[in-house]
Amino acid sequence: MSAVAARNDDFKAIGVQVLSISVDSIYVHKVWNDNELSKMIGKSVPFPMLSDQDGSVGKLYGIYDEDAGVETRGRFLIDPDGIVQGFEVLTPPVGRNVNETLRQLKAFQLVRASKGTEATPAGWKPGRPTLKPNPDLVGNVWKVWKVEEANE
Amino acid sequence: MPEEFKAGCQRPAVKKTPAEVPGADAESIHPEKERMRSMIKVGKPAPDFTLPAFVDGKFANVSLSEFKGQWVSLCFYPGDFTFV
Repeated sequence: MSAVAARNDDFKAIGVQVLSISVDSIYVHKVWNDNELSKMIGKSVPFPMLSDQDGSVGKLYGIYDEDAGVETRGRFLIDPDGIVQGFEVLTPPVGRNVNETLRQLKAFQLVRASKGTEATPAGWKPGRPTLKPNPDLVGNVWKVWKVEEANE
Repeated sequence: MPEEFKAGCQRPAVKKTPAEVPGADAESIHPEKERMRSMIKVGKPAPDFTLPAFVDGKFANVSLSEFKGQWVSLCFYPGDFTFV
């Protein structure tokens, strides 16, 4: 969570509210913030740290591990209408990539702003060309987009 | 805005949503339906919830619905003081 907390300004800059959730109590959240996280990022955690002590919200989102009694690394991107646009779930030993979360958020925001007239191809990054889906594009994507662009 | 509360001498009580209260919904006892309901799908609404939270040095109740109108990145993680 320290990696997300350290980049909170980047989330704020594009109007994204971060919320973290684990089964730990609010008291443990406070002590983790005060004794470790704040030392890692040089300030207090800048977003709400939620406590789902019986895992009920984790179960609602399908990421609660009954055997371990913890929540796995589920990250859900929710749009301003409350609609889930994307999610990623990892088992505990592998951490997330904050840059990829921000990339996906920027892509979803672009699509929303275009009211669905634009789409972001594989590997799209902010500033790169988008695709404009229409009947003439069918079978002609190869003319406007090269596979190599996905990996640049 | 999050509704602040005072720290008591025990953890805050777990808030039950109506669907979780036994008898509130006769269908909820059907395990398959229960499972289907709990499946998250992209393009579908994110289930709302209210949880106690540590916010800016205080304790407060936070609901997902407070953030309607803005993007939210909801991050679950295995536990405080884990290494990753």
